[in-house]
Amino acid sequence: MLTRENTVNLVLALLLLVAPLAANAFGQPFYVTLATRIAILALAALGLNLALGLGGLVSFGHAAFFGIGGYAAGILSSHALSYEPMIFGLPGTVQMPVIWIVAVVASGLVALAIGAISLRTSGVYFIMITLAFAQMVYYFAISWPAYGGEDGLSIMVRNQFPGANTMKPLSFFLVCYLVLLAGIGLFALIRASRFGAALQAARQNETRVATVGIHPYRIRLTGFVISAMITALAGALYADLNRFVSPSMLSWHMSGELIVLIILGGTGRLFGPLAGAALYVAFEFALGGLTERWQFFLGLILLGVVLFARGGLLGLLAGKAKHG
Amino acid sequence: MVEPVLQINNLTKSFGALRATDGVSIDLRPGEIHALIGPNGAGKSTLIHQICGTVRPDSGTIRFAGEDIGALNTAQRAQKGLGRTFQVSSLAPEFSALRNVMLAVQAKQGSSFGFFRPVMRDRSLVDPAMAILERVGLADRARLPAAELSHGERRQLEIAMALALQSKAFLLDEPMAGMGPEGSKKLTGFLDALRREAPILLVEHDMDAVFALADRISVLVYGKVIATGTVDEIRSNPTVRTAYLGDHA
Repeated sequence: MLTRENTVNLVLALLLLVAPLAANAFGQPFYVTLATRIAILALAALGLNLALGLGGLVSFGHAAFFGIGGYAAGILSSHALSYEPMIFGLPGTVQMPVIWIVAVVASGLVALAIGAISLRTSGVYFIMITLAFAQMVYYFAISWPAYGGEDGLSIMVRNQFPGANTMKPLSFFLVCYLVLLAGIGLFALIRASRFGAALQAARQNETRVATVGIHPYRIRLTGFVISAMITALAGALYADLNRFVSPSMLSWHMSGELIVLIILGGTGRLFGPLAGAALYVAFEFALGGLTERWQFFLGLILLGVVLFARGGLLGLLAGKAKHG
Repeated sequence: MVEPVLQINNLTKSFGALRATDGVSIDLRPGEIHALIGPNGAGKSTLIHQICGTVRPDSGTIRFAGEDIGALNTAQRAQKGLGRTFQVSSLAPEFSALRNVMLAVQAKQGSSFGFFRPVMRDRSLVDPAMAILERVGLADRARLPAAELSHGERRQLEIAMALALQSKAFLLDEPMAGMGPEGSKKLTGFLDALRREAPILLVEHDMDAVFALADRISVLVYGKVIATGTVDEIRSNPTVRTAYLGDHA
């Protein structure tokens, strides 16, 4: 059945596909890149939305996972291009699927460690401790000269995906778009599953979850790790989009940006991150052309959303969220 | 004598100079309703918190279903079969009544780490949950968010969740609070039948319900159990009369 929310979702998904196809047909690759940026940021925010929207875990440190994904792409490709083996004599690679797996596994392990400690706190302390961990990763990247330190690391040639010429903007967009759709599908499955039920219940009422015999901590830690993995996958794509990765991907601005995307689009909503990312990139583009201080106006809009439209863009378009 | 399901032995808990629980020993035998009464501030809530594992006692033991559960946390005690309801209803407010009960069913099945199968299409969750809602008389409210249920319905929903856990003992914290006379009467009838399923430790201020339901009553005053006995024994106990019942009895 096509509910109002499903219709809005479908339109959003189609718009994101049709716009770059049209732009490409009219010879405007810049807009294809813009759409790619939307898709990748949406995926990153989708990851955070699992922890924040479903689990109520306001992580202010997801830039760490975004950046780990980015560095996975940068480090692996730099080794592949220089033919220098990495630790344990492992070779680098320019194959995106391999890079993604490394990004997801590496970020998952880091998230397990960060989450295991951070989830012992809650509320403001959780926000601060995740921020602190992310800053540790940030300063580590800055002070590690092997991979560019403060200057970052260039990716000379965009990494490859089997069957696609990723140097063509449209092909790379389609790869990112499909990954985003897969991510959204996974999010929908998890949200409707037993695990999703426990995760959302833990947000609504921790005591209730414990009283039926489910350990909220284990549920949250699992949710935090999955969330980080999705954001890291987006980070790997983001590095490939810019063909550059630097500590700025790990900075707390990035963490904040991801939270802003979710709030703009609609917290906990399936297509909230996409709506938020589209809105954000559109503002950045439209207002950024007019004034350097576009973020001031973004701030005003964010204020408006928080005060008058708590459900974000999706709340405005599709009404209140429903649970079966 | 049959072994008690729940056995609390010499439990003590102090908050600073205040002895909230002072050497309390009570037990809950199969098939009975054991009411715990006492004036406000007598330490009933603190005692419940210790039984459920949210507050650690300073000393004493809690045995449940034949084992010491003192070292277990809240979730582990629930898994052992301790079902509880709260003084102020505690539910997942955004979830429907059905999904609240399904959460308990899923917890009872011991599998919250399924990531792909949609719960609403899982008959092994929906069917038992629906059956329990019917039993407590909430079937026609199943699709409403818990937050939109009336006060009495939320109470019923909590009991439904405790039922879904197939608890070995129920710990009901003032289930009658805020219920109208009609609701109280219905709930009294329901609890009367429930004791056959599992014994109930009933904390309650509604004396009509307590006298109607309880097999035994324990009276808690200033953290101490001053008397335990049948309804008649408690009614005629002079200490209890002065300490608590006043002219109510």
